[in-house]
Amino acid sequence: MKLNRRGFFQVMAAGTATALASQPAQASDQAQASNPNSIGMLVDTTECIGCRKCEFACDMANNLTGQPVKAFEDMKVYDRERRMSENAFTVVNRYANPEDSNRPIYVKSQCMHCLKPGCTSACLVGALRVGDNGAVVYDAWKCLGCRYCMVACPFQVPMYEYDDPLTPRVRKCEFCHTRLEEGKLPACAEMCPPMALTFGSREELLKLAHKKIESNPDRYIDHVYGEKEVGGTSWLYLASREFEKTGFLKLGEGAVPSLTEPIQHAIFKLGLPPLALYGLLGAMMWTYRNGDEYIDPGESEETDPSA
Amino acid sequence: MHEPARAEPARKEFWTPGVYALIVLAGIAVVIAIYRFVYGLSAVTNLDQEYPWGIWIALDVATGVALAAGGFTTAAALTHIFHRHRYEVLVRPALLTAMLGYTFVALGLTVDLGRYYNMWHPLMPSMWQGNSVLFEVGMCVVIYLNVLYIEFLPIVCERFIGAVHLPGLLARFNQPVDSLLRFLDRTLSRVMFLFIIAGVVLSCMHQSSLGGLLLIAPYKMHPLWYTPILPFLFLLSAIAVGFPMVIFESLLASKSFGRKPEMHVLTPLARLVTLTLGIYMIAKIADLLIRDAYVYLFDGSFESWMFLAEMFFGGFLPMGMLLSDKVRFSPNLLLASTTLVVLGVAFNRINVFLVAYQPPYAQKAYFPSLGEIFFTVGMIAALMLVYRAAVTIFPILPPGHKPSSRVLIKQEG
Repeated sequence: MKLNRRGFFQVMAAGTATALASQPAQASDQAQASNPNSIGMLVDTTECIGCRKCEFACDMANNLTGQPVKAFEDMKVYDRERRMSENAFTVVNRYANPEDSNRPIYVKSQCMHCLKPGCTSACLVGALRVGDNGAVVYDAWKCLGCRYCMVACPFQVPMYEYDDPLTPRVRKCEFCHTRLEEGKLPACAEMCPPMALTFGSREELLKLAHKKIESNPDRYIDHVYGEKEVGGTSWLYLASREFEKTGFLKLGEGAVPSLTEPIQHAIFKLGLPPLALYGLLGAMMWTYRNGDEYIDPGESEETDPSA
Repeated sequence: MHEPARAEPARKEFWTPGVYALIVLAGIAVVIAIYRFVYGLSAVTNLDQEYPWGIWIALDVATGVALAAGGFTTAAALTHIFHRHRYEVLVRPALLTAMLGYTFVALGLTVDLGRYYNMWHPLMPSMWQGNSVLFEVGMCVVIYLNVLYIEFLPIVCERFIGAVHLPGLLARFNQPVDSLLRFLDRTLSRVMFLFIIAGVVLSCMHQSSLGGLLLIAPYKMHPLWYTPILPFLFLLSAIAVGFPMVIFESLLASKSFGRKPEMHVLTPLARLVTLTLGIYMIAKIADLLIRDAYVYLFDGSFESWMFLAEMFFGGFLPMGMLLSDKVRFSPNLLLASTTLVVLGVAFNRINVFLVAYQPPYAQKAYFPSLGEIFFTVGMIAALMLVYRAAVTIFPILPPGHKPSSRVLIKQEG
């Protein structure tokens, strides 16, 4: 059965965008992974034609370089692999297609909006946080500029304004959260001519992705990138070729904070471990109160045998 | 509580050629810092989107904190908690180093932070983020820095009680300041043990958490260093480097001030180093074996060589030296072996923060710029200058001349 993507797309646009943006705040860490309100985006790389309109839309929506659409029609950029930058929250790269050399594979990259992000766990002041809808958003006002988020991100997404001496910001895709609040779609999804991008609830998108694979097993490999990687991401990808061959990182299923957060929580559990150590040291201080005596250098026992 | 060990301001010409050299180096660091504040991090550093942390974090912060561990191991734990009073002569230099070390960590961090003026944000409960390892490190360091200042206050009191001579118009405050110092001295002597224990607890927490910082990057770290017990290894190495750092400094200070080295305490302390360093090395080797990470040891990669070099020069070599009586009794050999331990821990911090950290998509590996290197060198020079100034102002070092009597031996309370 062929699903009508446009129909799905519009329903989602009208429904989830407005509904999800107004959900009450109740996001606890554990609930996040199964948050039914989580928004998502499904990228069908087999549909992408590499027109770079998403890059243009993103540039406009986020007031980045302000370049005209002409600048984004230059296809020579595909000659080398590009990375996001502080002035480009999304970039499309081209990869060879061994099955049909006339139809290369195009892959859009941007922040994956992890369900259990490293960056929000790393940030010591909560400048990066997961919104109620799952979008990972940034508040420059709180930020110290320590760049620990960049260390923590498994996808190497947060970019930094190193050239700015006074008010450097961490820059990345924020899932167009202000547009979502206005009931609009993320800029890239709205602009995408071939409908390679489908915005919606993450749960629904996962179902859609598996349905697509099922109904078209020749077209897709049986892997939805982002379903399980690093504990799941809001952005999900379908592809015709192994993901590692088209610029994706091979990552495990463990969320990156799965080691640090339990340690932190154990230490601060009611503050007991530090208090216990305090008590232990106090007891030792008392026990050893009659320690040895000050030794005068003049009568020291250990002297240099060679002296 | 104990009376402080006898000490007095060092009597030595402050302005020596070495001091002028330090001033030049520190001046260069100031110029680099100004340049960074005016033109941004990109103008001075080789940091990029793949390598957000460089030597200003690996050396100025991570190594700085580790090398300041002499404060909690020697001054607090060994002497005050275990009451090994023979080491009291080392307490004040260790305390001063820790206080200056942490102060310079904060200064270095200010230059590295993009929005340094927001440094106070972690103190605001509305912005607390308990999941963050960095939050814990930051809070502990801030509190510990204050604890160190409090621990140093009695030395200030000792120096200025009955000797407050403020210049000019301020002279009218001589009496009130003196009374304040006397009050502080009396009060602090009663409650100091609370701060001393707190300092050890805070140190254990943030020394280990510094290692925990990189546990959040499991997909980027080289398996030779990435281990769940990295925080524990950081704590053990901080404890292992605490005594050697104190020995290293004491020997350097003796050389610099033309004194007889304090071998009567350094030699027994060096024996303790074989214990602390031995525990650290056993933990590190056991970790490699248990995780099966030893397979990477001899694969000939750059990382494997860096790991082997770290283990050999910072571990096996100084360990072998310190096990020998000849080394422990010889000021020069003791200085050489403790220098190795100190450099070994710096080597480890560089390895963990820079060599083991391997971000995806990096086009080229990070190597510090001249600006980064000279800023770090200048900060070390500035620290040495302030240290030298402090020991000539405050009673930190034991009297330079041989004590003629034992009148100052104190009673245990």
